[in-house]
Amino acid sequence: MFGDSIFVPMSVLLFTIIVLLGAFVAGLVGSLTGLGGGVIIIPLLTLVLGVDIHYAIGASIISVIATSSGSAAAYVKEGITNIRIGMFLEIATTISAIIGAVITVFINPSYIAVIFGIILLFSAAMMVRKKVDHSDNDTSGKLAVFLKLNGAYPTENGMKNYAVHNVIGGFLMMFVAGIISGLLGIGSGALKVIAMDNIMRIPFKVSTTTSNFMMGVTAAASAVVYLHRGQIDPGIAMPVALGVLTGATVGSKILVKTKTDKLKVIFAVVVAFLALQMIYNGVTGKL
Amino acid sequence: MSKENKNFFADRDIQIILGTLLRVGVIASMSVVFIGGLVYLTFNHSEIVNYSQFDSAKTGFSTISEIFIELGDLKGSAMIQFGILLLIFTPIMRVVFSIFSFLIERDYLYVLIGAFVLCVILFSLSNKLVG
Repeated sequence: MFGDSIFVPMSVLLFTIIVLLGAFVAGLVGSLTGLGGGVIIIPLLTLVLGVDIHYAIGASIISVIATSSGSAAAYVKEGITNIRIGMFLEIATTISAIIGAVITVFINPSYIAVIFGIILLFSAAMMVRKKVDHSDNDTSGKLAVFLKLNGAYPTENGMKNYAVHNVIGGFLMMFVAGIISGLLGIGSGALKVIAMDNIMRIPFKVSTTTSNFMMGVTAAASAVVYLHRGQIDPGIAMPVALGVLTGATVGSKILVKTKTDKLKVIFAVVVAFLALQMIYNGVTGKL
Repeated sequence: MSKENKNFFADRDIQIILGTLLRVGVIASMSVVFIGGLVYLTFNHSEIVNYSQFDSAKTGFSTISEIFIELGDLKGSAMIQFGILLLIFTPIMRVVFSIFSFLIERDYLYVLIGAFVLCVILFSLSNKLVG
């Protein structure tokens, strides 16, 4: 039965323990870097444990909901999430996430692995790149004013106002982020950062938490599709959800206190390595 | 200027309530998953896992009604799946709650936007997308 598999047959107990530990690390690092747990969980399940990528995607999307909802509660108390920006952009992300989730089974798993690897590489690059805060309070476009997207956030010197730019560009980029999210079962935080930081020029403190806040809703939309299709298996989803949530909770407590620059470099190297593994396995048809 | 500030603090109240709502949802759903996980491990711990090939028929519990039916038998996996379902509903409830809070604020544009997002998710829930 396991003749042609390189993976050792494993009992439910051992499998649960390994996934639980991996998910804890994924949740911790995902929360510290703002990229979410999916980028670690999917390679762990597919490359290390030999789980079919469709199951891995289903479990990962659950981890995205847990990460997002678990740490959003901590962020929200800081008062820096812009609910209006989040809600408006969710129009794009929910529609496209469902489209992504519907088409994902019709795509060859090898292609999914390659796409996943490319997105991973891109996320790693985005993480180490020096981020420049483009935010300002110049008069923004009519659409941003009409949608009441401009806001303010607390700083050491009191409240700071900011204006939102290029709403349509950001909306379209979010659509792409949603497709990727539904296709691969990840939060696609890196693409959301591009949409919010670079295109819409929202300040970091607001974009990071708003993106995290949106992920739960986006992931829920595609999770429903996965659930109906049987991609969410309780045996995988249980340790993934519990591990990631615990890790994310610990991560959000550390996040307020520490600088994560060094951690990001280390994490970027690990992610790049996983990405190349995924691409290699995809190209050689092992996944 | 003063209007913007007022908006911010009104939003802040909503956000604190929403944050609490999310936390309650996550804790409740994860408690169910945890208990289900214990039951599942107690009865199934020595089984051999086999997830090497995706089979949409194997998982079971792929509709909400199925999960509820199996839940009656106190099966661990059904309890886990029920907890997962609660977790999925947590952010959806946030959308519902946001719509109400925008309604209280008389921000009808965002009531509309929120309602649209909710409709998209409900359409996905209707199970018409997976053949």
